[in-house]
Amino acid sequence: MHPAPSVIIFTTLSGLGFGLLAFLCLGYPSMGGLVGFVFFAIGFGLAIGGLLSSTFHLGHPERALKAFSQWKSSWLSREAWLALFALALSGIYALGRIFFDINLISIGILSAIFCFATVFSTSMIYAQLKTVPRWNSGITPITFLTFSIAGGALLAGQISIALPLLALSGVIQIFCWISGDKAFAKSGTNLATATRLTSNQNEIRSFESPHTGTNYLLQEFVYKVGRKHGAKLRIIGIILAFGMPIIFLSIPFSHFMALLAVISHVVGVFIIRWLFFAQAEHVVGLYYGKR
Amino acid sequence: MTLLPEKTEKKLGLVIDLDTCVGCHACVISCKGWNTENYGAPLSDENAFGAEPVGSFLNRVHSYEITPADKPAHLVHFPKSCLHCDNAPCVTVCPTGASYKRVEDGIVLVNESDCIGCGLCAWACPYGAREMDPVEKVMKKCTLCVDRIYNENLPVEDQIPSCVRTCPAGARHFGDLGDPNSSVSKLVEDRGGVDLMPEQGTLPVNKYLPPRPKNQMDDTDILAPYLEPVADEPDGFFKWLDKALESI
Repeated sequence: MHPAPSVIIFTTLSGLGFGLLAFLCLGYPSMGGLVGFVFFAIGFGLAIGGLLSSTFHLGHPERALKAFSQWKSSWLSREAWLALFALALSGIYALGRIFFDINLISIGILSAIFCFATVFSTSMIYAQLKTVPRWNSGITPITFLTFSIAGGALLAGQISIALPLLALSGVIQIFCWISGDKAFAKSGTNLATATRLTSNQNEIRSFESPHTGTNYLLQEFVYKVGRKHGAKLRIIGIILAFGMPIIFLSIPFSHFMALLAVISHVVGVFIIRWLFFAQAEHVVGLYYGKR
Repeated sequence: MTLLPEKTEKKLGLVIDLDTCVGCHACVISCKGWNTENYGAPLSDENAFGAEPVGSFLNRVHSYEITPADKPAHLVHFPKSCLHCDNAPCVTVCPTGASYKRVEDGIVLVNESDCIGCGLCAWACPYGAREMDPVEKVMKKCTLCVDRIYNENLPVEDQIPSCVRTCPAGARHFGDLGDPNSSVSKLVEDRGGVDLMPEQGTLPVNKYLPPRPKNQMDDTDILAPYLEPVADEPDGFFKWLDKALESI
């Protein structure tokens, strides 16, 4: 799949932002005043910044409000609603916490639930697609949620929670790659089922493309650059997203080390998300002999 | 609503005969022509006369080479457009309701003024039937020429999809696949019409008729056995030459 920067930025930043907001709304850390304000500002900045970024890949962003209408069937529409509820509820909690020094516990818990529900719905946009076998699995929401929880804990400064969660996220991501690499073959879709011209996929090959140039389908679904340095980028991604932050947080705490841990984590998650798109194979590539 | 209808009154669709298609791409061109000049945003081309032209089409013709172990290789031309699936994944993913399946005839359409151009429907389609228009930035797809088939201003013979009307080989057939007595349903039954990627669970309405089995060499003529090469091994002078060359 074409790794559109707007969507990579969206999934990375919003995941982190909603994770942070969930921790803040649950009272970890429980801080009002200026420090609380800064924490919440970072959370809202990441979540809203990510959501805004996602509108840049739309052909007609001016019609974006129409996306709220189909929540009964569409995960993208559900995500829009859940994000709105999550932001509104955590906004109410944040106002109470920062300006009135009150802790609205029930609203805080509800905010956290909606924050994670938003991340879950984002992941389901991808996990629902049978056309991309690598994504079409329960492991997609699991990775999105663990990334969000671990990143949220890291940003919220909850080091004792963040350390095991970062390690767990790394293990889950490695498992995700191992199972994902086999997913396309396991899906049972191949050029033989795509054309039904033979029952043996070794007997058929694409002889001629329908067009000499490129087209939307090839640009959007048959992105191949990701495969060249895929293995190296996976190792770099895992080390930056999880390995380095664990080291930075394990040595005696300083704000500088915590900052390094956050930066390293964000860059690592960006790389892993780039691979999430760049290495995903869409079945339509079969028709073009590109799988 | 992008919920799919439980049942459609008709199942209008195409039956494509892979035995007859000659791969001339006339259906591609007539489709592009009709759908550029009529309903919806025109199908644009970018850099049409440049080094890397790109444009949106609703119908494309692939070609595949099949090499069975026990028969001669052959080539099959393979037109592909929207299959108007009963369980269309492109419809349910749409966040705005722009993508929908009609209750009255089962045609899958895009309401372009509601389309935000997110591309998710094209992601959900396993067949590559949807293309984002590079200029209008809305999703384009086969309408089954909904502006021809019900258009009483056109002569009766033109009230069929443009690709079907154009095909010089008669490889494309249009009709109601929900009616077991329709000519297209009978054709599918007679020729063993198939669904593409049935494992994707899309329940396509359009069907493909597989190529008929090719004649084997041994039934071309009763005299054919007499035309077989008599000597597999070289004889006489060539036998000597063969040996001489091998011994060098």
